[in-house]
Amino acid sequence: MVAITYVEPSGSKVEINVKEGWNLMQAAVANGVEGIVAECGGSCVCATCHVYIDPERLAELPPPSEDELELLEDVKAERKPNSRLSCQVKANESLLGLIVTIPECQT
Amino acid sequence: MTGSDQHILVIGAGQAGLQAAETLRSNGFEGRISLYGDEPYAPYHRPPLSKAWLTEKIDERQLTIRDISALERKGILLRTGSVIEAIDPHARSARVSDGSLVHWSGLVLATGATPRRLPGSESSKAVHVLRSRRDATEIAERLQHCAREGRPIIIIGGGFIGLEVAASARKLGLDVTIVEAASRLLERVLSSDLSQWYADLHRSRGTKLLIGAQVSNIEPVGPDQAIVHFADGRSVQAGLVLTGIGVIPNDGLARKAGIECDNGIVVDDCCRTSVPNIVAAGDCTVRRLPDGAKIRLESVQNAVEQGRSAALALLGKEKPFTETPWFWSDQYGIKLQIAGLSHGADTWVRRGESSESGFSIFHFKQDRLIAVDSVNAVKDHMLARRVIGTSAAPTIEQVQDARFDLFTLRSKSA
Repeated sequence: MVAITYVEPSGSKVEINVKEGWNLMQAAVANGVEGIVAECGGSCVCATCHVYIDPERLAELPPPSEDELELLEDVKAERKPNSRLSCQVKANESLLGLIVTIPECQT
Repeated sequence: MTGSDQHILVIGAGQAGLQAAETLRSNGFEGRISLYGDEPYAPYHRPPLSKAWLTEKIDERQLTIRDISALERKGILLRTGSVIEAIDPHARSARVSDGSLVHWSGLVLATGATPRRLPGSESSKAVHVLRSRRDATEIAERLQHCAREGRPIIIIGGGFIGLEVAASARKLGLDVTIVEAASRLLERVLSSDLSQWYADLHRSRGTKLLIGAQVSNIEPVGPDQAIVHFADGRSVQAGLVLTGIGVIPNDGLARKAGIECDNGIVVDDCCRTSVPNIVAAGDCTVRRLPDGAKIRLESVQNAVEQGRSAALALLGKEKPFTETPWFWSDQYGIKLQIAGLSHGADTWVRRGESSESGFSIFHFKQDRLIAVDSVNAVKDHMLARRVIGTSAAPTIEQVQDARFDLFTLRSKSA
């Protein structure tokens, strides 16, 4: 289990123990974290699970695929250098304590 | 309808029903919300069932869209394994299979659809349809069984479900044959050239295709095999026969209650049915367009958008569903994304070479862009979803001109 903190659009913080191998979207939506739509269920086709990764730890994540980068161009909220699609980031030990901020809109 | 003494009953705990329930809560509805599902699980994602669920070891909870505890926190009561047997629009009640009666002030019908089956094959362990998690789990087991025993599999129907399962089965190294009655694959959704491209793709990955082949019947053989008999006298034996030949909307509850149905529960663009305080969303619906034509969409996006519209209509905040329809399919790791509906197109233009490195087909009707099919071209797809039906849509000439940068149109659409 990897403890990840999600910051909802309202500012509320929710800490979730994410199973290794799960992606950050799956853990968030199953637990009812507000603000992630994930319309395609993690197929990397819809750009509605946009999150901002703690900038200081961004480099610890495997880089986004070409598809993810292209989808990030179409996210509804502001795209920032630390924007990622949460369905494309899998939990592993190295992400322990990561803070993930959810933008105010996805669609 | 926002008072705390109200009760909204949502029948169907799939994507549309869940969306409706959550939209009610997030839009100020303070009364009770009950979400009744006939399956034994919390709402889950169906798209992976024909793909990763068949080929990888996935923790079953990873399919969950929302845990029961997360729904509880939102004040949504989820009842799994609960079948609603009848609804009474006058008494505003619903009869549950355990004999109890549920009273409601508003009703959302999100009852989904049932896969069509071919007659005579229901009892065989070798013959399957794919809709539910249970279906997919049984198919995954059959695929493993066929791999061990060296038995071929046959897929009847060259639509999305059939093609995706074929790709998954090839990934497991199985001998796969796809049988399609029409003259080409994905006839209802793709242009003929793209159908051909997909036929070539499947053949190149070792899948056999029988196009234009009419199945006459399926004959169970022993406990776990079946023979598919064709109209021309041929027959093939297999360890798994999957039929993916479309669905029938679950509109029985509505029909018996006197709600207008026509191959689905008829709804307007705000998801209202013919009866006040009863709305419907998702695969069980057929939408009446302003010109009177009726359209059925079976997609996650449609379920989500209609679920939202339906909930808002009950709250008196009608929000017409106007988004460009979109669909996707994954086969052999190749991503097909469709934006818009190409039916009725008179001109099509390809951008990019027809290869796995990415291309799109732009469909025009009377010089207006109506749909774009993209293969491994995510950017084209996202652009299409933005510009179809708007003044930012490209002209035929712009799409034909390889030097014209389509992405400059994005700023125009913003």
